[in-house]
Amino acid sequence: MSLSVRIKKNFGTFSLDVNFDAPDGVTGLLGASGCGKSMTLKCVAGVVTPDEGRIVSDGRVLFDSAEGINLPPRRRRVGLLFQNYALFPNMTVERNVMSALSVRGGKNTRARFAELAEKFYIRGLENHYPANLSGGQQQRVALARIMASEPSVLMLDEPLSALDSYLRWQVEGELASTLEEFGGTTLYVSHNRDEVYRLCGGVCVMNRGRAEPLRAVSDLFESPNTLASSLLSGCKNYSRAERAGGSLVRAVDWNVELECGCEATDDLAYVGVRAHYISLADEDEEDAPNVFRCRVIRVIQDVFHTIVNVVPLGAPSDRGCSRIRVEMSRGESRGIGVGDVISVKVKPSDVMPLKK
Amino acid sequence: MGARRGGPPALYAPRARLALMDWFPLFNSLRVAGISTAITFFAGIFIAHCVTFAPRSVKGALDCALTLPMVLPPTVVGFFLLKTIGPFGPIGSVVLEAFGFKMTMTWYSAIFATTIVTFPLMYRTVRGAYEAFDETLVYSGQTLGLSDAFIFWRVKMPNCKQGILAGTVLAFARALGEYGATTMVTGYIPGRTATISTTVYQLWREGNDASAYKWVGVNLVISFAVLVSVNMLESSYKRPRRSAAAGVDG
Repeated sequence: MSLSVRIKKNFGTFSLDVNFDAPDGVTGLLGASGCGKSMTLKCVAGVVTPDEGRIVSDGRVLFDSAEGINLPPRRRRVGLLFQNYALFPNMTVERNVMSALSVRGGKNTRARFAELAEKFYIRGLENHYPANLSGGQQQRVALARIMASEPSVLMLDEPLSALDSYLRWQVEGELASTLEEFGGTTLYVSHNRDEVYRLCGGVCVMNRGRAEPLRAVSDLFESPNTLASSLLSGCKNYSRAERAGGSLVRAVDWNVELECGCEATDDLAYVGVRAHYISLADEDEEDAPNVFRCRVIRVIQDVFHTIVNVVPLGAPSDRGCSRIRVEMSRGESRGIGVGDVISVKVKPSDVMPLKK
Repeated sequence: MGARRGGPPALYAPRARLALMDWFPLFNSLRVAGISTAITFFAGIFIAHCVTFAPRSVKGALDCALTLPMVLPPTVVGFFLLKTIGPFGPIGSVVLEAFGFKMTMTWYSAIFATTIVTFPLMYRTVRGAYEAFDETLVYSGQTLGLSDAFIFWRVKMPNCKQGILAGTVLAFARALGEYGATTMVTGYIPGRTATISTTVYQLWREGNDASAYKWVGVNLVISFAVLVSVNMLESSYKRPRRSAAAGVDG
């Protein structure tokens, strides 16, 4: 059971070139808006035809430009949950789900509907129209309808982004158990790293139409190796970088030399440091490696902590990438004001050398 | 129908006056408008469907050509029609020779004129409804395994219903009021080709203002009813669909 996708499609200003093999379980497609995540799902579902490539699901060839195979969407058995859920507004909940059940045929459609209604908690909503349901209810109906069509691959396009933030957490829990029960190959598209971290096993970072190789989620968050993946994993501070011999790298935008835990490679282009891995240095550490003096530019009070924006002394600029975001507790930040000079430190193992 | 007759006493009773009015123009107008609306209904839906899926380059040209009758003066449409379906025109002469009937100066000639004039109204309204339609509904139907026929008739059409109905009502109203092209291909023959609009013109020319007013009144009533129904359709379109069962909580 797996899904293999190798596709190319040219849109003039933008081109899609995606390559990945998703195993059973949930695989995340993580990327910023407009990077081609949704288009990839549409290509797999068959509602958009790629220029070339091959899509294979559990050994069934869905699309192969070389062999001239292009199964219509209805024969691909690929369930796609749209961002807006795409329930038919003119039909009640029951008729929405029954429409998919009747395609599969068989005499037990009523019983099967009752079973799905039970499982997705939509009993009592049968005669409602989608416009009268909450976002969470709509999603459950849409999932029930997809499950009614018995897909072998499930794809979810930003399933939580249409929900209010207070609903999102509850719906995410329901979604997690649905995905677990489904068990087959699932593609989960999102631009939210937290969702991907919690729901997915593997993740494929997408950047401007290209997909980076599939990796384990924990791997991505612990050691993102490209600029795009480090940004998506939530790294706020990055600078252009060059090798300075051995495990030493020079962060150009910060004008500091940093010790990183490992030998820097040839393709080093950037260096990243997470905001909460930077801390204030004690006075006696001033000359230790990875300690540098900065000027405070802004102090921002966040809900539970303080964000301090600093620029290293000697940095070529005081804006853009030269700004470093440091997160600290309220107590630590007490007494720090704009214009102050402070010393900050970062552990060598927290310095992430990044490829382009 | 029948010609106007009757002695003076009857004319003073309002009811008798209505009965004596020659209702043929109303009947003819409704007949012509009804038939041409039926034609534009299917043609508009079908052609709007084709244009929506046409390649972008063809789309613009087709759209212009199909909308042209809406912006052309109706007399120009009438002129072209006369030159095509008239007794010496390329189509009219062939029909006359093969089947032995004239395509102009008969009651049904008006159908050709009104169909062409009202088609763009139907076409544009339906196309607007199609473009406003959320295409992801079609995609989700396809991935669920539903047939194209099911998706078109049970998903797309019901969700474009208001636009299609509004287009139909507008086309009907326009057909009822069509004058320019109609008068050129049908002329004015009382009891045979007269419509409400050509009758008003004729009565005014004769200086028969009293009768002209009656037809103006009839026309106003019909137009008003049409506009009210269009407005009702539009407001029901904006209102979200309510469930049969009450008391839904989120």
